[in-house]
Order: sequence, then C-alpha cells, then structure tokens
Amino acid sequence: MIVAKPKPFPFLTEQLRPYRKVAVVGCETCVAVCLAGGEREVRRLAQALELERRVRGGVELLTLPLTVKRQCEYEYLEPLRETLKGVEAAVSLGCGVGVQYLAAAFPELWVVPGLDTLMAGGPTALGVWEEYCRLCGECLLHLTGGICPLTRCAKGLLNGPCGGASEGRCEVNPEVPCAWILIYERLRRFGKEELLRHLTPPKNWQLAQGRGPRKLVREEVRG
Amino acid sequence: MKSGSRLERLLSQGEFVVTAEIGPPKHASAEPLIRKARLLKGYVDAANVTDCQTAVVRMASIPAAVHLLREGVEPVIQMTCRDRNRIAIQADLLGAYSLGIRNLLCLTGDHPAVGDHPEAKGVFDLDAVQLLDMVRRLRDEKVFQSGVPLKGPEPRFFLGAAENPCGAPVELRIMRLAKKVEAGADFIQTQCVFDLECFSRWMESVREEGLDRRVYILAGVTPLKSARMAQYMHENVPGISIPEEIRERMAKASDSQEEGIAIAVETIQALKRIPGVAGVHIMAIAWEEVVPEIVRRAGLFPRPQLPEETDR
Repeated sequence: MIVAKPKPFPFLTEQLRPYRKVAVVGCETCVAVCLAGGEREVRRLAQALELERRVRGGVELLTLPLTVKRQCEYEYLEPLRETLKGVEAAVSLGCGVGVQYLAAAFPELWVVPGLDTLMAGGPTALGVWEEYCRLCGECLLHLTGGICPLTRCAKGLLNGPCGGASEGRCEVNPEVPCAWILIYERLRRFGKEELLRHLTPPKNWQLAQGRGPRKLVREEVRG
Repeated sequence: MKSGSRLERLLSQGEFVVTAEIGPPKHASAEPLIRKARLLKGYVDAANVTDCQTAVVRMASIPAAVHLLREGVEPVIQMTCRDRNRIAIQADLLGAYSLGIRNLLCLTGDHPAVGDHPEAKGVFDLDAVQLLDMVRRLRDEKVFQSGVPLKGPEPRFFLGAAENPCGAPVELRIMRLAKKVEAGADFIQTQCVFDLECFSRWMESVREEGLDRRVYILAGVTPLKSARMAQYMHENVPGISIPEEIRERMAKASDSQEEGIAIAVETIQALKRIPGVAGVHIMAIAWEEVVPEIVRRAGLFPRPQLPEETDR
C-alpha cells in the first residue's frame, strides 16, 4: 500500500487561514489502512480545524468532511460535484496521487495536501510501517529471494553487500538488517546461492524515471 | 600490460608493493598534498587519493592526484558511485586518463548520511561491481557503458577494488570478491587488518577460489595512534574489529604511538608471510608522516625502481 503520514496541524491551519468553507476529503484505500486519511481521520481533522478557528478568532470556518472510495479515480470524485459547490478550498487526506486527482477534477477548488506521502510499504507492527518497493519498473525479486535490495539496502546495491555490515545490521542504519545478508540466507535455504554470482547490470532508470511522468498503456485492456 | 602503471609493472614483476593513502584537504590549497607527497616519495610505490571519504567534502580526487603526479608520486585515484552517475563517472575518467592517471580504485562509497552533508542525495546509479565492469569495458572493449564505441584512444586503467576480509558471512564476501574479479578488478585493497587470524582464514578462502592467481591482494594496515583510537575504531567503524590483545597492548603501552608503529610493523611482517598477499596498503589516517618509519622498520625500504628510473 501507499503509506502516508499527517502533515503538522499548524501547517494546515496556516494554509486554510484565508478560507471560510473547506472540504476535508479522505480516501478509503491505502491511507485509511495506514490510519492517516480514512473516514475517522477526516472527521477528527474537520472538527479540530473548526475548533482552532473558533479559539483563534477570525471568520468562522465551516468544514465538510467527505470520504471517497478511491481518490485516485475520477469515477469516485465525480459524485462530490454538487456537494463541493461554493466550497473554496479542500484538504486532501489522500496520497500524492489523490491530491492531484482532486485538484484536476475540480479546477475551481484550491487543494492543500494534508499528508506527506512516504512510500510503498506495509505495517510491520502496531503503529510501524516500512518500505518494501521503490516502484522501479523492473522487478528483480526472482534474483534476490523476494527481498528487494534497491529498497532495503541503503545504497540500493544490486551486486551484493558493501563491506560495512556489522553483525548482520546495516552500517548506515543499524536498526535495519543488511538486505544482502537476508538475501544470502534466503537463497541458501533454497540452495540457490549461485544466484549471487550473477552480475546484475546497471539499472535502466528510464523505467523508473521515464521522460517525466511514466505512462502505462495496455492495449489488451483498452480493447 | 593493461595500463603500464608503476603499480601494475611492479606487481607483475612479483615485487611486494607498498601503497599508502592521502586524504585531500578540506580547502582549495594543494599545499598539504604536496607536503604529504614529498613525505611519501620513495617510500611507497603509489598513493591512493580518496574521493570524499566518509562522505565529507574535500578536494576532488582527480585534481588532487595531478598534484601528486607533479611531485613524482604515482596516484591511485578513488572513484565512488555516491556522487556521480554513469555519465559523470565516465567523463571524469576520460579526463583523469588524459592527465596521466593510470590507477583507479572503484568503490561504492560511504552513504551521504554518515558525512557532513547528510541531506545530500546519494546517487548510486551504479554499484562498485558495475563500475568495475564499465571501466574494464572502456579499456578492453573500447565502448562506453551504453555500448557506444569511443571515438579515439581508450582510458587504460589498472583497476582496483576494495574488500573487507573480516566481514561476515565469509562465503558471501568471497562470492562478492569473485564477482569483482570477474567484473574487472586487477588488484584488491583490503580494509585494515588487525585480526590476523581472521585475515588468514579469508586468504585461505581466496586461495581455494583461485582468486589469488587472478588478482593482486594488497592487505590494509593502519597504525594505531592511541588506545582511544583503537577502542573507537573497534566500536564505531563498520566492518572493523580489533582483537582484545591489540587493544590491551595499546592501553598498557607507555608510548602508545611507538606501540602502534610496532604493531603495524609486526602486522606487515606477518602479512608478508601469508601466501597470496602481494603487498600492503598503509592507511595512516591523519598520520601520514609515520609511513616512512613503518616502511623502513618493516624492511621494505628502499622501494624497487623500474629500469628507466634507475637509468636516470
């Protein structure tokens, strides 16, 4: 899933200072699961924003808490059109994709990001999320036993570990295990350590960075 | 001959070589480089010029190496993957060769997070293995990384790589070493050796793989300056462990610098007896002035000369 975290509350109050009628738009997908932008967070943020304005003084703030199934599809944003009439600004509690879809769907609406979008990852403990994929466009996990060195090695090394691991921990961040030692142990369990002798060529960053935004067209789906 | 560098020629003649390390200054004057070069001249066969080691900004290694060349010390430039993508690396290496640099140590590089600009973007477009492969192909196949041919003389570097002999697990480290040799390493400079037992075991694995016949192994040696330094390195430098016996010797010594020199000399003499070790790489961190004494006391002075040098 896409993992995101809330932006600081004072950032949002500052951004919304000029507006009287503000929508707070959540998303029921990734950001809801990582407890950053679901219905509950939307409701809480909307209440907090109104309360802050009352305490601080100034024009009264009216918020509209709204949550859609997926902010990254116009189909789910379209039904908000009526509700958003007369709304000046919105805080999107979607990921970076959601914020942009919301802004594109409603050109008259000033959209402020309510989250910082961090990574493609998942929860590893209560309140802890970790990154697993850099979305590089060319998966190498068949060579590395299902452990991504691009993401989980601090230097993104593709041909084995640097010399700095100490007791299996990364030299850059001792909280993290050395990805290459994990890969080695896993390959050994499957008797596939010979894969470590394979020279992985330099990565084709065109697949990761494209020429600006990447675009995927699948003719068979288009029909 | 791949490069015809002094280092390559001496190694191919079977000489037990001595290299040292020079860290460029954190300013724009060549004065410290010139001073260190004059200090080391005649005591080492070549000197490494680091490439912003520990991710701290210093004078770049290629121009620093040119100052060494002018002083008559053969440089080994270090090139890391941290700060440059494949375009910048190849461009810099064409320039380095044109300036007379012939030895190149290919490194992944320390992560920016450990240096003095922790907010910098780490490039790591390539890793050290891919870097070696790229530079070997520039030399032997006369093509850039993309496969596009060069339009004139190719850069012919003598290629080095680094290895940590006491890293675990050994099997994984040996596989990575073999990969570096396969990719193009002609010589290896190891992380500093304090634990001779672990180094000997590693050399055994190196010989078992037949790697000592395919690559020159230069063992790293670092003279300890104080008991505090020994303790600090043991606890804080990734991939280095200093046996208790050595830390104790340093702690008990009345003259810790003398003790550090003595340990370095003993280490070199022991390394020289290990089959497959082709030389030593002395990394006297911020203590370059001690290198001549270590070389002398280890019985490695005078250094061999090439025929045209003795003619002069």
